[in-house]
Amino acid sequence: MMPEISLNILDVTENSTRAGANLVSILIQANHSQDTLTVRIEDDGCGMTPEQVNQVTDPFFTTRTTRKVGLGIPFYKYAAESTGGSFSIDSKVGEGTRVTAVFGLSHIDRMPLGDITSTIHTLIVYHPETDFVYTYQVDERQFILDTRELKEILEGVPFSEPEVSQYIMEYLTENKSEVDQDAVL
Amino acid sequence: MKTLAELKAIREKMQNQVGLRAEDHNHTRVVVGMATCGIAAGARPVLTKISQEVQERGLTDKVAVTQTGCIGLCQYEPIVEVMVPGEPKVTYIHMNPEKAVEVVNRHLAGGHVVEEYTLGAADIK
Repeated sequence: MMPEISLNILDVTENSTRAGANLVSILIQANHSQDTLTVRIEDDGCGMTPEQVNQVTDPFFTTRTTRKVGLGIPFYKYAAESTGGSFSIDSKVGEGTRVTAVFGLSHIDRMPLGDITSTIHTLIVYHPETDFVYTYQVDERQFILDTRELKEILEGVPFSEPEVSQYIMEYLTENKSEVDQDAVL
Repeated sequence: MKTLAELKAIREKMQNQVGLRAEDHNHTRVVVGMATCGIAAGARPVLTKISQEVQERGLTDKVAVTQTGCIGLCQYEPIVEVMVPGEPKVTYIHMNPEKAVEVVNRHLAGGHVVEEYTLGAADIK
């Protein structure tokens, strides 16, 4: 199992980038009145056939040739469902994939969200060819980071440039703390 | 809320200096495995630490830090591969942020392989 939800997000999103996605949207939404934590990852990658969608929750299915098991999705699904939540994958070949996990926010078995800022930072900086729209929402407050806006401003200066990378980290950290008021999710 | 205005200032400052840093064959490549196996074993903080150290030591001109998928050695994750041009590839296994700092200091900056952390030094049965 992964020790925190943000590592599942990293794992699933790495798959999106490997599926050739140009744009990946990541939504994190905590809702106290509904007592849910929703994580939705949506990409415009190559997508999967209905058969493949059925197979991905099977730990003994993988398309990799380097090993014979694929534990990423089974781990994630179990983590969500064990908190009274739900898990679903919608996918269409040639259009993309959407993975939605809903967790019981106050459920005792829910793993912490973890270091989501590092996860998003890692994704953005190490996948400069992929665009990300990251939405972090706690009840009525939210912030959005769209890498297409960053690229427009940067005019070719890469994310891996130390000062830019540092700026993205600070942007994510400061805005997250304004949205969740430093509550640990 | 932090705004994107600051980013403009950074861009204006950087724009003159970049463009010279295109990938070339003289780059040392550092590759961190970031599939399910690597992530579950703790690859994210290792990757973050390596790139921080590389930046702090001013090695960004000669070292490129990237990530890859599963290379089939899941039981040894987190794995970091170092490819120095003209030298054989070095595979470091069971990495953590502390070991990663040592690899940056001794191998990337100092040019000496940290033998005790390599796959070659592991007792493979």
